[in-house]
Amino acid sequence: MEVRVRIPSPLRNLTGNEGEVTASGSNVRELISDLESKYPGMQERLCDETGEVRRFVNVFVGEEDIRFLGGLDTPLDAGIEVSIIPAMAGGS
Amino acid sequence: MEAQNAAFLPFSLVEKGIFYLKGKVELSFIEGLKCRECGREYPIEPIHVCEFCFGPLEVVYNYDEIAATVSREHIENGPASIWRYAELLPVSQDAPRVALGVGFSPLVKADNLGRKLGLNNLYVKNDTQNPTFSFKDRVVSVALTRAREFGFDVAACASTGNLANSVAAHAAKAGMKAYVFIPADLEQGKVLTTAVYGPNLVSVDGNYDEVNRLCAEIASEYNWAFVNVNIRPYYAEGSKTIAYETAEQLGGRAPEHVVVPIASGSLLTKVKKGFDEMARIGLIDEVVTKISGAQADGCAPVATAFKAGVDVIKPIKPKTIAKSLAIGNPADGYYALNAVNGTGGSIESSSDEEIVAAMRLLAETEGIFTETAGGVTVAALKKLAETGKIGPNEVTVAYITGLGLKTLEALVGKVGPTAEIGTKIGDFQHAFDL
Repeated sequence: MEVRVRIPSPLRNLTGNEGEVTASGSNVRELISDLESKYPGMQERLCDETGEVRRFVNVFVGEEDIRFLGGLDTPLDAGIEVSIIPAMAGGS
Repeated sequence: MEAQNAAFLPFSLVEKGIFYLKGKVELSFIEGLKCRECGREYPIEPIHVCEFCFGPLEVVYNYDEIAATVSREHIENGPASIWRYAELLPVSQDAPRVALGVGFSPLVKADNLGRKLGLNNLYVKNDTQNPTFSFKDRVVSVALTRAREFGFDVAACASTGNLANSVAAHAAKAGMKAYVFIPADLEQGKVLTTAVYGPNLVSVDGNYDEVNRLCAEIASEYNWAFVNVNIRPYYAEGSKTIAYETAEQLGGRAPEHVVVPIASGSLLTKVKKGFDEMARIGLIDEVVTKISGAQADGCAPVATAFKAGVDVIKPIKPKTIAKSLAIGNPADGYYALNAVNGTGGSIESSSDEEIVAAMRLLAETEGIFTETAGGVTVAALKKLAETGKIGPNEVTVAYITGLGLKTLEALVGKVGPTAEIGTKIGDFQHAFDL
C-alpha cells in the first residue's frame, strides 16, 4: 500500500528537504522500513533501540495518533495520509 | 561549541558573559542548546527538537558567569518584573524587551485557607495579576523578546486560551503580526480577550492536541515565531521566574513544598529548575523542595502514571472543565513525573465538582478568583493536606496561574444571588430573617 507521508522539519535533511514523500507498507512498521530503505537513517531517528517509536515522536495515521490505534501494527488503508510530528509543548 | 567562540573577545568581555554567536556579538549568559534526551548540542537558533531523537532542546547557561554577576542586591535593584532576573533568561542582555510589566506577582500568606486545610505556613502565588491575567505572560515576554532578536515579524501559537491572550497582547505591543490557533470549543471569555488585541485568531474544529498537531505542521511551512514550537526552548524558560520570585519573596529561601498545575508539565519542571538555579548561583541554600502536581480527572495522564508507579505516560483524550490544562499528550510529562518522584512530591487529580468547589474555597477564604486550572491546584492542595502528604508546618506555596473571569462558564448555576427580593425593606428583612 503506497501512502503519502508528511515529514517534519527535523527529518527533512534525510529527504532532500522534501516535506512530503511516498512510501509503502501494509502497516506502520513496514512503512518505517520502507522509509529507511529510501531515506537511510530514518529508522534510527523514529525508533529507539527496542524498535518502538521514540517517546518524543508522534505518528498519526489519518487524524489519529497510532498510540490510540494499533501502534506500529496499525494498518494502512489506500489513500490515507501518515504524519510524523515532534511532541509539542504546552500552550495552556 | 559552534555557538561560543569567546576566544576572539577580550578577556574582560568574556568575564561579563559576552559570546560570539553566528557572526554577531551577543551579550548573554547562554552557551547553546542541548537535547534533554541524548545530550547533542546545538547553537542558539529557533529550533526546538533534537534532529536525531526528537527530544526537547534546553538552554544551557554559563552559571559561573551568572554567579559572578548576579547578587541579591543586584536583583533587588532591578525592575519589579521578570526582567530583574534577566541574566537567567535566554535573551541578549541588551536586547529590546517585549514587556508589558509582567511578573513580580503577590505571594500571599493564605492564613484563612490554611486554617481550613490545617496548614500553618501556606502561601498562594497569585499569578492572576499579570497583564493578561495568567502566568503565560512570563513565557511570552521572554519568547517574543527572543523572537525579535532572531528577526521574526510574525508571532504564532496554539493555545487553550491563556497563551492566546498573552501572545496576542505582546505581539500588539511589539508591532508583530500574530496568528493564534485555538480549539473551537474554547470558553467565550478567552476568545474575546484574545480577539480584542487584533491578531489573526483561528478557531480550529478539534481539541487542543489536534490544534497543536496542525500548528506543528504549519510551523514547518512558514518562517514564523511559533512560541510553543520553534521558540519553545526560550519560551519555556520564562516560567522559571515564578520560582525566583517565590524564593525572593520568602526572604531568600525555597519553600518546603509547592503545588503546581500540570498541563504539558513544563511549568512544574521549570519551577524546580528555577529553585535549583537560585541555589547553584549561591542566592539560596540547597533546595529540598517537594514538588507536587495537580491535574483534572478528565485529563490526568501524568497523575495516572504517578499513581501506577510507572514511567510510561499514556496519551489520553481530555474531557474536563479545566480546559487550560487539557493536554492529553503532555510533551514535558516525563520530566514533570521525574521532578515529582525525585523530590518526594505527589500528584493528585480532581473531578469537575471538586475543581469548582476549590475555586469557591479559594475565593471565599482568600479573596482570590481563579480560573478552573487554579481550582485544580487548590483541590490537589486540599487532598495533599488531608492525606498528610503536606505536613501542617511545611512552608507550602500553591501556584494560582490564571484569573477566574476567563472561565465564568464553570460557575454558571453554581453561584448566584443569595436572595432575590422586591424593593421594600420588609422584603429584605424577610429574606434574611432579620
